[in-house]
Amino acid sequence: MSFGRVCALDGINLKIKKGEIHSVIGPNGAGKTVMMNCISGLYHPQKGSIYYKGEKINHFKPHERAAKGIARTFQKVEVFGGMTVLDNIRLGRHIHYKSGILSGSVYIGKTAGEEIEHRRFIEEEIIDLLEIEHIRHKPVGMLPYGLQKRVELGRAIALEPELLILDEPLAGLNLEEVEDMARFILDINQEKRWKITCLLVEHDMGVVMDLSDSVYVLNFGNMIVDGPPEEIQKNPEVIKAYLGEEDLYASRK
Amino acid sequence: MTIPKLFYRQALKYGKERVAMREKEFGIWRPFTWHDYLENVKHIALGLVSLGLEEGDKVAMIGDNRPEGLWAEMGALCARGVGVWLFQDSLMNEVKYIVDHSDTKFIVGEGQEEVDKAISIIGECPKLKKIIWDDPKGMRNYDQDYLISLKEVMRLGRELEKEKPGLFEELIGKGNGDEVALLFYTSGTTALPKGVLLSHYNMLTMGKNLMSVDPCKDTDDYVSYLPFAWIGEQMMSISCGLQIGYTLNFPESSETSQENIREIGPHVMFAPPRMYEQMTRTVQVKYLDAGLIKRKSYEMASSIGYHVADLKFAKKAIPFHWKILEWIAYALVQKKLKDHLGLSRVRNAYTGGAAMGPDHFRFFHSLGVNLKQIYGQTEVAGISVVHRNGDIKFDTVGHPIPETEVKITEEGEIITKSPSVFLGYFKNPEATAKSLKDGWLYSGDRGFIDEDKHLVVFDRTKDVMTLKDGKPFAPQYLETRLKFSPYVKDSWVIGDQKDYITAVICIDYSVIGKWADTKKLAYTSYPELAQKPEVYDLIEEQIRKANKDLPELVKVAKFVNLYKELDADDDELTRTRKLRREFVGKKYEDIVNALYSDAEVVHIDTTITYEDGRKTHIKTDLKIRKVTS
Repeated sequence: MSFGRVCALDGINLKIKKGEIHSVIGPNGAGKTVMMNCISGLYHPQKGSIYYKGEKINHFKPHERAAKGIARTFQKVEVFGGMTVLDNIRLGRHIHYKSGILSGSVYIGKTAGEEIEHRRFIEEEIIDLLEIEHIRHKPVGMLPYGLQKRVELGRAIALEPELLILDEPLAGLNLEEVEDMARFILDINQEKRWKITCLLVEHDMGVVMDLSDSVYVLNFGNMIVDGPPEEIQKNPEVIKAYLGEEDLYASRK
Repeated sequence: MTIPKLFYRQALKYGKERVAMREKEFGIWRPFTWHDYLENVKHIALGLVSLGLEEGDKVAMIGDNRPEGLWAEMGALCARGVGVWLFQDSLMNEVKYIVDHSDTKFIVGEGQEEVDKAISIIGECPKLKKIIWDDPKGMRNYDQDYLISLKEVMRLGRELEKEKPGLFEELIGKGNGDEVALLFYTSGTTALPKGVLLSHYNMLTMGKNLMSVDPCKDTDDYVSYLPFAWIGEQMMSISCGLQIGYTLNFPESSETSQENIREIGPHVMFAPPRMYEQMTRTVQVKYLDAGLIKRKSYEMASSIGYHVADLKFAKKAIPFHWKILEWIAYALVQKKLKDHLGLSRVRNAYTGGAAMGPDHFRFFHSLGVNLKQIYGQTEVAGISVVHRNGDIKFDTVGHPIPETEVKITEEGEIITKSPSVFLGYFKNPEATAKSLKDGWLYSGDRGFIDEDKHLVVFDRTKDVMTLKDGKPFAPQYLETRLKFSPYVKDSWVIGDQKDYITAVICIDYSVIGKWADTKKLAYTSYPELAQKPEVYDLIEEQIRKANKDLPELVKVAKFVNLYKELDADDDELTRTRKLRREFVGKKYEDIVNALYSDAEVVHIDTTITYEDGRKTHIKTDLKIRKVTS
């Protein structure tokens, strides 16, 4: 993938196994977000192929990829500030609504029943999981940043995706919020109900090392190494490029 | 009569017809009838029996207010056990102390957090046999064999029921009113918590006597959102709730409780002053934010409200035109306001557990809320003194309830005699001998009885200060006055045997933060905001207001804004948020010394430990400000 003469990603080969938490780390400007955008369909790489469940998805539009079960959150929250938390999450369910514009606009027939069914799903599965009962009717724009991030995660999982791209879900959160968010990520990855495969971009090394099944290290658009966290921590090249000589990260286990 | 016997009788009486409790879950209020309540309690009780609960064994409960918590407590009582409640936010060492000291055999925790606490202490508490949990969230990787889910306990109970039908009734029938029902740990302001032994009889007479003063109906609603580990909540949910049969409502989560109270609109309320202080602050802050018209109508309504309330306090007749004005104020402002606070249907609101400032008290009466002070302690299973309708004085706590005698000793200590006076402290005969003499409970509080036979509580005896002129003075009086300002979250008044009085102030971060935003003040953290000169000006103004009308000697002369909020996790407050004077006095010795010297700043060099064990070093200078009058 390149922008003009800037080659943002080159020679990338990333394989995500079902059920894993696969992290992508790298210094700022390494191309992590570009990579996420390629997978979610915001960018279309000039060369190379992206396969999802054995199918090449290069030419699919973002909403088509969403329908196939790929959801994402953004580095800087992209929520609808004027809408309530509930409405934001409902939007994530949109893809599962079957009734059309007509019956939807007059709220008759199947629509009403469908609405209640989706509301039940949102309440029982998402709001309960993310512990956001107290803000369900609040406009998202009024909420603190940490909660907005949580709402965004809620909207992404409302899609019931199989692959969830989390672009720096912990950036800008305080200590307590980081711990909550890490717990939620583990929950949606491990809980029988969800079992979502996660692709995680994150700078908080403590969390990355604790959560991930494998870690992919990127620098200047190139892959440095891909392997389990223990291996990454020992790799001299990674330490030089990213982790630094000092012991900058501490496991939180 | 015992609590289980009463419970069984009420459950049969109301059966499937009546809702015993409601819980908001997944956004919906889910009702549980008395029949459901009985079934659940029965199965938990029998389940505990089949796990090996024997007569007098302690069962500890920890978690938010929810039906399962109450079922577990009732189940333990029906199985002839003794209930012990822990504060939901207790730290590990507090949990360990209580579980170990009480010889707890079973812990019923809510979810992962409580289970984690219990697991980490199980090795040090040899008597602890099983940890029971009920919320499966996050529990997928736990497989210790001392863990068991509440569902599984209930399944065991059902099996035992099939095996031995009638066992549950038999267990209940064995009970005797003089037996210990609950073991309550008091949050000591000075020493380790003491275990208060309360019998069934204590609890039930408590409820009966309070309800004979202010009767409730079985169609009433009550919202249970304060910790069960606080005697006041037990009194309302068990002692009174069971006898009257009103519906208990449990909020969705602790953050939603205010909203849920509004949805329910309870008829009776009992909360410590800080809850009412919070409501007052909400109104004050909303008032500051409101537009001109709203502000003016609020001002008008509240001046009418205050005038009428003062007439009522003075027991004077309200002239006809004031009645009309009162009605207008109600229709325009107060009705809405009360609805927002969840107070529209409240017949009786009680406050107790700590002192409430007269300003807060008058505020609620100006809204037409029948707020009453109570006086009580864990050792009398709740309360002993309460205001009566139409006889309310905001600086007193009222008259003793029936069957209760209150006297003042020669030293000025308040002593009480009633059927609800406790059995003694658990494993602590010295403390028992000190507070129980000839059936009289020695409270350690200083007070007197005024000309209208109202009891006035001055302060804890050991907290009472002596001023320069030798007169006694209650610091909490000034502290509650300071807290009437929405900008002041907590205050600590110093001045025992000193030349003048000083105060340490904890600013309200959210309120002052908002105020700073409108003033375009930049700040990054609590310590920084607290030290802004503009904030000092603001606080000085608030103190000047509180100082008004006070004699010269009890005016706050100097103050300092603390770099953090006082916190129960740092042992500065008790779990019920009472200031631990001795402890803070030692901890902040430098600040106290600086306040009584000529210093203008006090240098702080300290480490703060976060909840996860990480430490940060704090180096800051706190300014000392003289209050000019």
